[in-house]
This record gives sequence, C-alpha cells and structure tokens, in this order.
Amino acid sequence: MTDPADRSSGDTTPEATSVATPEAASPRTRPPRWWLLLGRDRGAAVAAVILGLVFLIALVGRLFIGDRAIRQDLKASLRPPSFDHGFYGLLGTDVLGRSVLARLIEAAGTTLYVAVPAVLCSLLIGSALGMWAGYHGGWRENIAMRTADVILSFPSLLIAVVVLYVFSPSALNIVLILAVARIPVYLRTARAESAELRSRLFVDAARTFGTPSRNIIYRHILPIALPTLLTVATLDFCFVMLTESSLSFLGIGIQPPDVSWGLMVAQGRQYLQTAWWIAVLPGIAIVLTTVSATVLAAWVRLATDPAQRWRLTLPKKRRGARAAVSPEVIA
Amino acid sequence: MKPSTLPAPAAAEGAALEVEGLRVELRTPSGTVRAVDDVSFSVRKGRTLALLGESGCGKSMTALSIAGLLDPVAEVTEGSVRVSGTDVLRLSPAGRRKLAGPGLSIVFQDALTALNPVQPVGRQLAEPFRIHRGLSRREAKEKAIELMTRVGIPEPRLRARSYPHQFSGGMRQRLLIAMAVALDPDVLIADEPTTALDVTVQAQIMRLLRDLQTERDMAIVLITHDLAVVAQRADDVVVMYAGNVVETGPVHEVFAHPRHPYTKGLLDSVPEHAVRGRPLPAVPGSPPELSAVPSGCVFQARCPLAQERCAQERPHLVSVGASRSAACHFSEELDRV
Amino acid sequence: MSEISGAPVTETTATGPRRDSSAGSPPLLEVSGITKSFGHGRRRLTALDGVDVRLERGETLGLVGESGCGKSTLARVVLGLERPDAGTVRFDGTDPFTLKGKELLAWRRRVQMVFQDPFASLNARMSAADLIGEPWRTHRDIAPTAKDRERRVRELLSLVGLRDSDAHRYPNEFSGGQRQRIGIARALALDPDLIVCDEPVSALDLSVQAQVLNVLSELRERLGVSYVFISHDLSVVRHVSDRVTVMYLGKVIEHGLTEDVFDRPLHPYTAALMSAAPTLDVSGETRDEEIQLRGEIPSPFDIPSGCRFRTRCWKSEAQCAEHAPLAITRGGAADPGREPHEALCHFPLGTGPRGA
Repeated sequence: MTDPADRSSGDTTPEATSVATPEAASPRTRPPRWWLLLGRDRGAAVAAVILGLVFLIALVGRLFIGDRAIRQDLKASLRPPSFDHGFYGLLGTDVLGRSVLARLIEAAGTTLYVAVPAVLCSLLIGSALGMWAGYHGGWRENIAMRTADVILSFPSLLIAVVVLYVFSPSALNIVLILAVARIPVYLRTARAESAELRSRLFVDAARTFGTPSRNIIYRHILPIALPTLLTVATLDFCFVMLTESSLSFLGIGIQPPDVSWGLMVAQGRQYLQTAWWIAVLPGIAIVLTTVSATVLAAWVRLATDPAQRWRLTLPKKRRGARAAVSPEVIA
Repeated sequence: MKPSTLPAPAAAEGAALEVEGLRVELRTPSGTVRAVDDVSFSVRKGRTLALLGESGCGKSMTALSIAGLLDPVAEVTEGSVRVSGTDVLRLSPAGRRKLAGPGLSIVFQDALTALNPVQPVGRQLAEPFRIHRGLSRREAKEKAIELMTRVGIPEPRLRARSYPHQFSGGMRQRLLIAMAVALDPDVLIADEPTTALDVTVQAQIMRLLRDLQTERDMAIVLITHDLAVVAQRADDVVVMYAGNVVETGPVHEVFAHPRHPYTKGLLDSVPEHAVRGRPLPAVPGSPPELSAVPSGCVFQARCPLAQERCAQERPHLVSVGASRSAACHFSEELDRV
Repeated sequence: MSEISGAPVTETTATGPRRDSSAGSPPLLEVSGITKSFGHGRRRLTALDGVDVRLERGETLGLVGESGCGKSTLARVVLGLERPDAGTVRFDGTDPFTLKGKELLAWRRRVQMVFQDPFASLNARMSAADLIGEPWRTHRDIAPTAKDRERRVRELLSLVGLRDSDAHRYPNEFSGGQRQRIGIARALALDPDLIVCDEPVSALDLSVQAQVLNVLSELRERLGVSYVFISHDLSVVRHVSDRVTVMYLGKVIEHGLTEDVFDRPLHPYTAALMSAAPTLDVSGETRDEEIQLRGEIPSPFDIPSGCRFRTRCWKSEAQCAEHAPLAITRGGAADPGREPHEALCHFPLGTGPRGA
C-alpha cells in the first residue's frame, strides 16, 4: 500500500517519496474493483447515474411517449410546469401545446444520436492520427499538423453551413461535418502527449525489445494519453451539442418535426421572457449531461492510474492536499 | 523528552545549533506516522555535522523542520531547535523571517528549482541585503556582485544580469551557496548540495563550502546519503534510520569502529572496501515503511545481530565512548566482531 | 589513491580466459569511429566524436565520464536507439544497423538495457508480471502460452530476488531497489548476451545499491552475460569492471584494464577524476595529491581546439591547443607481457615529471 500523504508531500520533501515504498508492504493482490471505487466517490457515482439515465432515456424513451412530442394542442399552449396536467404536463408545454417533457425525451435520442457518433468519430480519428504523428515526428508530424491547421483555420460553422446547403441536411451529414471539424482538437492533444511520451524511458525500453511502433503506441502511449483525450472529448460533447443547436437554429441542422435539445433551446429562445421552461429545461439537460461526463472523465483519469488510484479511497477533503512550501523559502 | 521551557542562555557550550528531542509527525490517510522520532544533536561554530541516512530516514525532514519549511501535512509535535540560543520553533512567523538569513539559511539540492527562473540572478542575490539590511538597490547590487566574486563566478558584473538557466549546474549551486551565506548565517544547512553534480565539480563545491566555513565561522549541517562525502568533509556524524538516530560521534571514530550494525552494514556495502569478483556484503531488505516501524529496534528486521530483546525493547541512544553514542542493545558485541 | 605506485601487476582477480583478448574469435561488441551529433548549424551538439569501444565475451566494460561526455548516447547507439552519423557497430561480427525485419528482431534479443531511473523506465500502469513479460509480446515464440509466461515470470522474479507474489503488484508499490530488480528481470526476459547498464544503481540507496550490484554480478556468473556498465561512481565501476573506458566530451580518452586505469592513469583527466572522487578513508589527513580541476566541462556546442581537455588541464601547453593528441599505448604490441593501455594525451602521466 503506498502511503499517500507522502506522495502528496513528496514534491517538497524529496525523501518522503520513497518513504512509502518498502518491502514490508502487504502483497496486495488486485486493484480494488472499479465499482467499489466509484461507490466511494459520491460525485462520480451521481454523474454515472445521471449519464446512465440519459442514455437509457435516449434508447428506450421513445417507446413510451408515443406521438406526444409532436402532437399539437393549441388549447394547452405555453402551460407552465405544474402537477395539474398529468405526467406529461409536469414540465409545461411549448407554444404549440406540445409536452416539454415528451419533447425532452424525444430530443435526448436525437441529440445523442448526433453528438455521440460525432464525438466518437473525431476522437478515434484525431487521436489515432495525433499519436501516430507525435510518436514518429518528422514529415508525418508535419503533414498531420498542417492538415489540422487547415481545418482549424476555417470557421467550422461556415463549412457546416456550406456543406449542409450543398448536401441535404441529414443527421448523418451533420455527424460527419461535426466530426471533421473537431478532429484537430484531438489531433493536437494526442500529438502533444505522444511526443512527450515518446522520449520516456519505458518507450525506449520497449524499443530495445524490438516492439513495433504501433504496439508501443497502443501499449504505452494510448493508456496514458487516453484519460486526457477523454476529458477533452467530454468537453467537446458540449460543444458539439451547441453547434448542432446553432445549425438547427439556422435551419440546416435537425429538421422539424425531429427535435434535439439544441433545437429546443433555439426555438425556446424567443419565449425566454414569457415561457422560460421551453429553453431553460433543455439547457439544463445539456449542462447536466456534459457536467456528468466531465466529472466521470476526471474520475476515470484517477481510477485508471495505479499510482493515483489510492486518492479515490480517501475522504474528499484530503485529495487536494497538495500543499506548497511556504513562500519565504530561502534566506 | 520535554523541551525546556526557558530558552537556554546564549549558546551554552558555544553550540550554534541545538536540536533536542525533535519529533515530526506526518498526517497520512492511514493515520499519523512519525517521520522523525526523538532526534537530538548540536553543532558548534566552525564545525560540520553530517546527517547521514538513506532516503526516507527523516534527515531532510529534520532539516526542513529546523528551517521551518515543513510541508503542511507534517508537524513538529515535540522538541526544541535552538539557533544561537533562540528557540526557533517558538518564534512567531515574523521572528522567524528575521532569523532566516543572519541566523540560519539553507542550500538546496536542486539549484534550478530553488532559484527563481524569471529573475536575473543578481537581483535574487541582492534581495537578502535589501530585506534584512535595508540597503538601497545600488548598494545591494554591489554586495551581490561581491558575493558572486567570492563564490567563484567569472565575470560577475556581466553574469549578474543572466537568468538561472543560463548557468551550468555547478555555477547554479555556487549561486545558491552565495545566497545562503549572504547574511553570514550562524548555521548553514546544506541539503544534498552536490548530489546532482559531477565528481570534479562536486569537489570544487565542497571545497568552496569549507573555505566559506573557515572564513565566516559557520556551523554547517550537511545532509547527505554519500558516505564518502561524510568521510571527507564532516567532523561529526549523525546516522539516521527510519526516523531515529542510531549512532552519533566524530566521523573518523564512527567510520573506523561503527557501534551500530546499520552503520557497519552501510560501510561494508561500499564497493571501495570490497574485493572485486566477490559479492558485496549488502544489508538485506529495505527500510521499513514509516507506518510500519516496528515497536522494538527499528533496524531489527535487517540486523544480523537481532534477538528477541530487539523485538520487544527499543534501544536508547547510550554513550559508547567519548562523545559517541549508539542505539543498539549489542553495540559492545559489535565492537568485538 | 592517485598514486598507489608499485601495485603488483598480479592477476589474482583475473577471471579466467576472458583476459586473452587476442584470441581468434571476434569481440562481442566492437564500436569503431562512431560519430553522432544533434541539431543543425551553429546549434550543433557533438555528442560522440570518433568513439572506439571493444567488449570481449563474458567481460564487463566500465564506461566512466561526467555528464555530457556522451556515455549515454553511446549506450543508445549500441542499443540501436540512435543511428550514428558515421562509424560502425559490430555485434558478434554483424552490423545491427544493416539488419531488417526478422534478423533485426533476432538481434534485439541479444542486446538489452537496464535503465538508470527505475521509476521512469517502468510503465506505471503495468503490473510487474506484465512489465517483465512485455518483451514476449513481440517475441512470441519464447513463451507462447500464458502458462509458459507465468512460469518464466516466476523464474525471473526469483532470479533477481523478488517473490512470486510480487508479480501482480504495480511499480509504485515497490521500493527503488525492487523496481530496479524488475528492470533487470525484464532485460533478462529475452536471454540476452549483452546488457547495457546505464547508471543502474545511481538512483538507489547505498544499502540497496550493493544488493543490485550483487544481483548483476551473480547473473554474470550464472548466465554468462556481458555488461557495458555506465556509471559516474568510480568505486562501483572499479568493483564490477574488467576493463574501463574513460570518456570526455564525446571522445574516449583512456582505455585499459581496470587496475591499470585506476592505479596508473595515463590521462590527466582520469587522474583528476580519481582524485576528486571522495573516498571513505578517514585516516585524518586529506590526500596531499588532491588534484583540483579548474572550471567545468566546456559546452558540447563549442568544443576546444586540439585536446578537448586542455582548458581544464594543469599540464596543457601551446601544443595542446594546436594538435589533437594521438593515442599512446602502454603494453599490448609494444610490450607483449601486458594488456594494452591507451590514452589520448600529449603529456601522459607517469612519463615525465608530474606537474603541480
């Protein structure tokens, strides 16, 4: 068992770092199960539950709401959230009298169908290219980085507008556009990580065994770069949802009668002063989902690192106890 | 050991630094552990005392608590540290700052991180003069250049405008030393001052420290894991193991006739003493985790002489000769082996 | 210890047939004329400049020098991690830089490395068993089944003095010495002929350092591996090496049997290095012959003309700035009774009156 306080203080007291690493350590067989660790961290557990719910709703929600997301009822227009109108009236109605709750459920599916594949595509392609470029350096790095620069130098919204005007605005096209536009983000992050890791001794060690580069990337670079990339991806998830909503707002994104959270925010914006719930509730849904994803990504980062994993077994307060030396250092 | 309530009247036996019964505890998630346990020693002006031990033995922790630079997770729970008679552990932060420099200063191992990377070194060297002596910017700068000359930096006037990264490792260490001796401290703590340096440069730095010591009559506490450095450069030695002092005394006596099996084990495992082609007499195992320091003798698990008694009773530091002491139940036997 | 003159040239510690270097078979490793520099134009750093090194089978070659002398770059060239600008490496007669595919992989098995920093050289996310077994994921034929791998890991763990139960622990649960043992076990996993040890014990505590050195020399006896042993710690090098090569600013400046180099150094730098290294001698008097060098190693971006050591040498004369010194040899062909002992100096020690 490593002695955590020593690690945290280790930065300032060089010898304290190895205080913690003795022979007598009890032979711990396996790292603790991940769900036990998750249970210890309340924030991450809540985030995991929220994300799980969102995905569950996105997958099966439509089976229960029938056509309520599109059924109009002008008599019920702009009802505020209340308990008086049954389950689907809980969160009020929009201007056409459609149940906001039903629309949220319907939109969860669409939003995730667009955002998840888009984020996954750019994550996969960008990271793979970035790690490859960073590991090898030289011309490969140049090509990859210049490509990234080119993509970045166009405003992604502009490309999206052009492309979606030329081709029909379908969900698939939106996914592709968003994926391509976000590739540079992962490419740059992955390249930076990989270029740094390339000079690490354990990579040298692997090279002395004759390990092929793709295996080195897969075995030594990916596991270390992945948590960072996942964190970037969760932040990007938010960005993708918002871009999708602005595309929808411009009329070239998700086409009604389909609905996404972004589109709901966009449509509800004009009623913000009279009927806040139309825009605010999908907004909250977006925020909750992204924040949960971010919290979970931060947890994954710790949980996958054997040297940091112990931090998760601590009470929360201690975790940040990375105290610095008092400022008046030297006389 | 209770710290005495009254500060000792000015340096009783001329001791520049007196540490008594120092105990430092570290808060860890698995509870509080003792990183330094009942450590006492004293150094007179003009003498060099080496704190010798392996990583994790508490020697740096001891130094940091003397200098008041302990990490917040660590805390001095008992003991006293007197610099020229003043108990520094009882001083207010302001009093401490006043003492830091003229009373006590410290040279760190890693000169690159100990110097501010974005300030010219001349300015950093002038700082102590401005803070403590209230000198004007110009006077302080002159003083700084004087110091740089003293520690052997070529073309000091020119180099005063350079930044730390523009100096070599040896030169940076010289700068740190210059900064530490700027205000003529009574006590200089040198925490592994040459570990990161090459052998030929290491010799230069150690010589510089020695010259400065003679010149300014400082007491030096040299913290190191290098036996040879201790043998060459220190007058007295305190050998630490797992937070405890296991042996103290004049270097030449301790090294010639160690009275603690750990000291003996360390000395034996130096390749210099070994016959080529034969295995080195290594001390088996590695030091205990601080959270698992045994209740008896701290060294029992690795000790060739360990017996039942060692598991039950922690040996006290007892005198084993003129100004020497060792913490071993069988130090008599060890001498006969 | 600079002048223990008259030390008998007895070969009591000689380790059998290793000493006759003139025997027919080619040396295990022969590096000749290796040059390697980094960067371009004015920011060109010459790390190695025409380096020759020889290692006989079953021997240990100590490589000594201060930081920036090129010893680590040399190690990386020998390991095939860096390609030299000029010169050849011959391992058992073949040049690894001409090999490709299967042959290269087969060569890789024969040369392995133990790194200096036992923490940075082990991927913290892999357990000890995974770390030790990593080479087999490329060289699948050595331990094709999971059972084989498990058995070999256990063997290797016990060979370096670790327990079976350590196999599933992670690097951060080990002490420095234990981590280095894992590094050694990993280097042994491919059953190499040569292990390059780059400062293998300098990050370790003294009492642990002795354990690791013992593991290394025991392995030499049991498995017959040869070592290139890089270290700045002269007492360690003296203990483990049969021959010693001293480097300064990218050049080999002295080479010979360990006893010759340590007891009768020819090059002033070697003598200064020996003299500067503190010893455990506590007899009271400081050594009267302590040689103090001026200054520090010149920047490798700007190497002095002629002899590179002249800026710090107390024997340097005008000649040293003009001409690079040629190798002088004691023993060897000139004196068949003794092993060759070479140095690169205009005014080698032990010939004329010694400078102050």
